[in-house]
Amino acid sequence: MILSVASGKGGTGKTTVAVNLALSMERKVQILDCDVEEPNVHVLLKPKVTERKPVYIRIPKVNEDLCSHCGECAKFCQFNAILALPTEVIVFPELCHGCGGCKVVCPSNAIVEEDKEVGEVVRGFSDGIEVVYGILKIGEPMPVPVIREVKRYLDKEKDVIIDAPPGTSCPLVHSVYGSDFVILVAESTPFGLHDLRITVDVLRQMKIPFGVVVNFKGVGDEGVYEYCKREDIPIILEIPFSREIAELYSRGIPFVETLEGWKARFRELTKRIEEYI
Amino acid sequence: MKAKQVTVLSGKGGVGKTTLTASLVSLTRSCVVTDCDVDASNLHLLLKPEVIDKKEFYGQKKAKIEASKCIECGLCREACRFDAIRNFEVDPILCEGCGVCAYICPAEAINLEEEVSGYLYTSRTKYGFMCHAQLKPGEENSGKLVNLVRKNAETLAEKNGLNLIINDGPPGIGCPVIASVTGVDLGVVVTEPTLSGIHDLKRALTLLNHFGIKPLVCINKYDLNLKNTERICTFCKANGIEVIGKIKFDPIITQSMVAGKPIVEYSPDNPVSKSIAEIWRRIMKELDLDV
Repeated sequence: MILSVASGKGGTGKTTVAVNLALSMERKVQILDCDVEEPNVHVLLKPKVTERKPVYIRIPKVNEDLCSHCGECAKFCQFNAILALPTEVIVFPELCHGCGGCKVVCPSNAIVEEDKEVGEVVRGFSDGIEVVYGILKIGEPMPVPVIREVKRYLDKEKDVIIDAPPGTSCPLVHSVYGSDFVILVAESTPFGLHDLRITVDVLRQMKIPFGVVVNFKGVGDEGVYEYCKREDIPIILEIPFSREIAELYSRGIPFVETLEGWKARFRELTKRIEEYI
Repeated sequence: MKAKQVTVLSGKGGVGKTTLTASLVSLTRSCVVTDCDVDASNLHLLLKPEVIDKKEFYGQKKAKIEASKCIECGLCREACRFDAIRNFEVDPILCEGCGVCAYICPAEAINLEEEVSGYLYTSRTKYGFMCHAQLKPGEENSGKLVNLVRKNAETLAEKNGLNLIINDGPPGIGCPVIASVTGVDLGVVVTEPTLSGIHDLKRALTLLNHFGIKPLVCINKYDLNLKNTERICTFCKANGIEVIGKIKFDPIITQSMVAGKPIVEYSPDNPVSKSIAEIWRRIMKELDLDV
């Protein structure tokens, strides 16, 4: 079973849910942190690292001796990553998606590709839970190549939990792609509702079943509840607003470890999800 | 005179960027504000903009295979570096619109199609102008739309003789964040005293340093974990970064959000509002602007 934990808005408790869920599951679990811009799963689970692997994308390098300065490469590039001047070709690596198109169109075979490191993937274990997380190099704009590498580690023999990045654009879509179910973590506030709605739009387009976990229950308003009722979206768990949980989180302690009854609740949650799938 | 620019960012989401930005705008009044979170934008829920102009945004193209022309040779699938072609169909979710498949297709069965991927808005609020945008769900957030929002704001500021642009940044450190901070005079990083908050703060500060932008730090919910707050202060001091304010952990912030108002208007006498007013004065001083 592949479960993704997502939310449009940041700071709603995705990582908290993902980690506590992983700690509660009975079968073998793998947790993939796809929030490669700000990965936090390892901050809570503190895995013993067994492997670190750099992530590269392939960017073009122009051999000026062979280049005829025809400008075809720059004309072809959809990402404006190449500027062809009359006597020189300039590559902007930050804009390059690594599609290889410039090399394909170059009539003089003047383009070779070289690897550029954009981040790394780290793998480790924490009390039997396999943790894989990606780290986007600071200053690198594109998280998707790192997300893609993290997902290559996906082990279908295990129950897989994917901690997705916030937002509703590309990085989210790539992270949850292929999941059996998405757990949407939302706070019932106007911000939470607004971002939940747009995330629901994406998941409906992707045809992935989903349910909502309401976090910080007790603060805010009824907006998320009314919306879920209207849209026939199941609310699969509620986590109360509690200073105790917030303080535990601030110290990096997953709350199922100290608050009684929560492991059982997360286990029930997985059972309910299995029924939906 | 060119307007000064400050961007509020955080690395970690949900730490209070938008809460702070809305209050800064409410205190400043004569400024242009942008919401650079074009993906899950929230600032409009507090500032209640009235849209005066809406433009379509064309972002990423997508490849499309015309089934009637396709000879099923499979060359496109081999050439695609994004695994976006399966069973002679393009998966629009995985396609990055590079056009390699269209170029190599011997049957000329593939085209790149342009679609509206979002909208760009210029609005009026009771505080002045607001520039914002909405990316369609699932689209590529390349920073292009953020650049357009910011250009829009710069034009408006110049035209109307306004000397400050406040940018509400998105979470993370990738493309849209880079687009939100390039060329600004100041980055205000909001953090919280949690281990993840500290982890993400460090990455956000490294990003600002990478682009040569001066940072100032605010700690939200500082009393949630005083030891971690102390750690943040020590870290900042050691790195020559000023912590310009600490905000209490108080559900009143959520209440003001439910009321749809910046906290400094919802409850001006609350300690939270007073801390924010202090932060605002420090930012204005840093930018050499009158309060």
